Amino acid sequence: MSKLTFRRGIHPPDYKSQTATQSLQQAEVPQLLYYTLQQRNGVLLEPSVQVGDRVLLGQVIAESKAFASVPLHASVSGRVKDIALYLQADGQKVPTLVVENDGLDEACEPLHRMHPGEMDSQAIKDVIQKAGIVGMGGAGFPTHIKLSPPPDAKIEHIIINGAECEPYLTSDHRLMVEHPETVIRGLVTVLRLFPDAQGHIAIEENKPDAIETIREASKDLPIAVERLAKKYPQGSEKHLIYAVTGRVVPSGKLPSDVGCIVLNVDTAASICRAVYDKMPLYQRIVTVAGGAVNKPANYIVRIGTPLSALVEQSGGLKEDAGKILIGGPMMGIATHSFDVPVTKGTSAVLVLTEKEAHQPAESACIRCGRCVRACPMFLEPYALQSFAYRKDVENALSYHIMDCIECGSCAYSCPSKRHLVQAIRWMKQGVRAKQQAEKTRKG
Amino acid sequence: MTVFKVSVSSSPHIRHNDTTSRIMLDVLIALVPALFCGILFFGLRALLLVFVSVASCVGFEYLWQKMLGKKVTTGDLTATVTGVLLGLNLPVTAPWWLPVIGAFFAIIIVKQMFGGVGFNFVNPAMAGRAFLLASWPVLMTAFVAPFTTGFAMTDVVTTATPLSIIKSGEGLEQLPKTLQMFLGSYSGCIGETSALALLLGGLYLLLRRVITPHIPVAFVGTVAVLSFLFTRGSMSAVDGLTYQVLGGGLLLGAIFMATDYVTSPMTAKGQLIMGIGCGLVTFLIRRFGGYPEGVTYGILLMNIATPLIDSWCRPKCFSARAKRR
Repeated sequence: MSKLTFRRGIHPPDYKSQTATQSLQQAEVPQLLYYTLQQRNGVLLEPSVQVGDRVLLGQVIAESKAFASVPLHASVSGRVKDIALYLQADGQKVPTLVVENDGLDEACEPLHRMHPGEMDSQAIKDVIQKAGIVGMGGAGFPTHIKLSPPPDAKIEHIIINGAECEPYLTSDHRLMVEHPETVIRGLVTVLRLFPDAQGHIAIEENKPDAIETIREASKDLPIAVERLAKKYPQGSEKHLIYAVTGRVVPSGKLPSDVGCIVLNVDTAASICRAVYDKMPLYQRIVTVAGGAVNKPANYIVRIGTPLSALVEQSGGLKEDAGKILIGGPMMGIATHSFDVPVTKGTSAVLVLTEKEAHQPAESACIRCGRCVRACPMFLEPYALQSFAYRKDVENALSYHIMDCIECGSCAYSCPSKRHLVQAIRWMKQGVRAKQQAEKTRKG
Repeated sequence: MTVFKVSVSSSPHIRHNDTTSRIMLDVLIALVPALFCGILFFGLRALLLVFVSVASCVGFEYLWQKMLGKKVTTGDLTATVTGVLLGLNLPVTAPWWLPVIGAFFAIIIVKQMFGGVGFNFVNPAMAGRAFLLASWPVLMTAFVAPFTTGFAMTDVVTTATPLSIIKSGEGLEQLPKTLQMFLGSYSGCIGETSALALLLGGLYLLLRRVITPHIPVAFVGTVAVLSFLFTRGSMSAVDGLTYQVLGGGLLLGAIFMATDYVTSPMTAKGQLIMGIGCGLVTFLIRRFGGYPEGVTYGILLMNIATPLIDSWCRPKCFSARAKRR
């Protein structure tokens, strides 16, 4: 079968061998769990419990009335110890709820009491929302909203994103190999919401065992298992849609505008667990890897577990950490402390050695054009960087700066080691702030 | 928890191994065969001139940056490449001070005064050569036959290059054989005569992905096609093509100078336009102009047109592309 892909992009070394064959193992549940009350999209959740309250596994501990929000659940049973500002991965201190684990894992009421096979569309979406499911690839967008496109959008393709194109990451890979049925059931559940849509599970060719397992497990179902070329950023939503369907999501539009919905593998599995096992999203799969880690592994981790506990279980560090990353090395964020918790969007914890983390010095642009040839959005990163340095909003916009997906292909390819993504990201924030200010002035 | 130092920076956190200096080192490696042939045909003095040229280029860059209190960037090897190219563009009879002046013009006037590496609007080595050609036309065209010179310049008898023979239309019977033309055993600048050596270097650059074939192929192809179509006097079309492609600085220019990143377009389409433009100007000067050689001016003109070409050939952004199939 032919391989599906997109044009441009890069081929970084994948560094996956450390953990690609490591079976999923349960991470030890720590004494204290830290639940960040700030959702990735900025919504701040209200605690629904108080310090001193007893909470049960799966119980709602915080929620918000905002439409684009989902509740947060306790991932252990125990007592609420503190609600205060604690460090988060991005270096900010945010309102955080701390639960002291009593080690009993006493579960609360099931999420719902319906028969999974008899739920209608609205019931399924309600359960997905109640289960606290968000996009687990990192974006953290509430899944029930993704599954509620405008009524005039005709959804024709549901694509499960098993590309996992970021180096080091193997969490989605192991999930597909070890629990293919949860991923497939999750997709089948979503397909019930969109009876006319074709279901796809798209996997990069560097995971032949996952392709084989998923194909075998779905052979009696009308699901297409797609083999993607190994190329970065194959797992970018827009590029995955292009690879699988040939459709292009226009600037500023959503996948649903071209009849597509893309869900991460772990998100699909969480949907399955919510609908069939009646359990909310309280754990996720995290790859712990990097040259400084003694025993890299793939863990099933309770949300709220501090990174320090995961690193400790991995045998600690064999040399000094040069950099701590949440997520992959291409798009993940660097954090300065192990005292931050795993959230619903934490796909990996990478501890790089000083050598691996070394950032070479920046030198002048020699106009080699490698960034232009690498950019999967067909932008001109070198030009965008110079517009950013000159704060030239007008030109930056006419060069489509807001289309940049910050995948890092340009900076990766640059022989002058220029900080292209950093400058572009900074400029995008400036443009957004300016547009917001204009809107406020007019409105 | 123990205190430790970690770096916190913006993504991406990994980078490709290639660096500017590694790319320049590749260009230098690719120039070794041409330099070797230059020494073989024109003697050790060829090496001396290239050495003076490199030392002057690197020296001027170092001095300029020191004097202005800037970071010294001679380690990126770009000045070394300029030095080698300038040296290879000289006749072996050139006095030692000629490359020093050429280097001054290339590095100080063209490169550093416009902001250093990445900001020069034309290729420094090419501009240096053009400056010398305009200022000392006799010294710059005092070519000798191969194997007639050693280290010292005594009893030098200058000869016409194949292109100047063709230009004058006299003594066509003295033209070197095709094999000689291919190997480089004829009179010309130090590094331009051996097609074999230059093609080897070009192949290395292609394999190392330092350059793409667009500019060299379009450049040489345009000159070849035009020379074949518009023959001169009694020459056959095939002969016209052979001498125009193998003679003079075409291959050196097309492979090593027109492909200079800073002064050539970034997209494949732009590079084709650049190559065709270089070829067209080169052909027009060689055929109708006063000089037998036009590569220098072809490249310089297209260098200046590069920002314009880049603005014509901007990639269409992904989100505005039509869907596949």
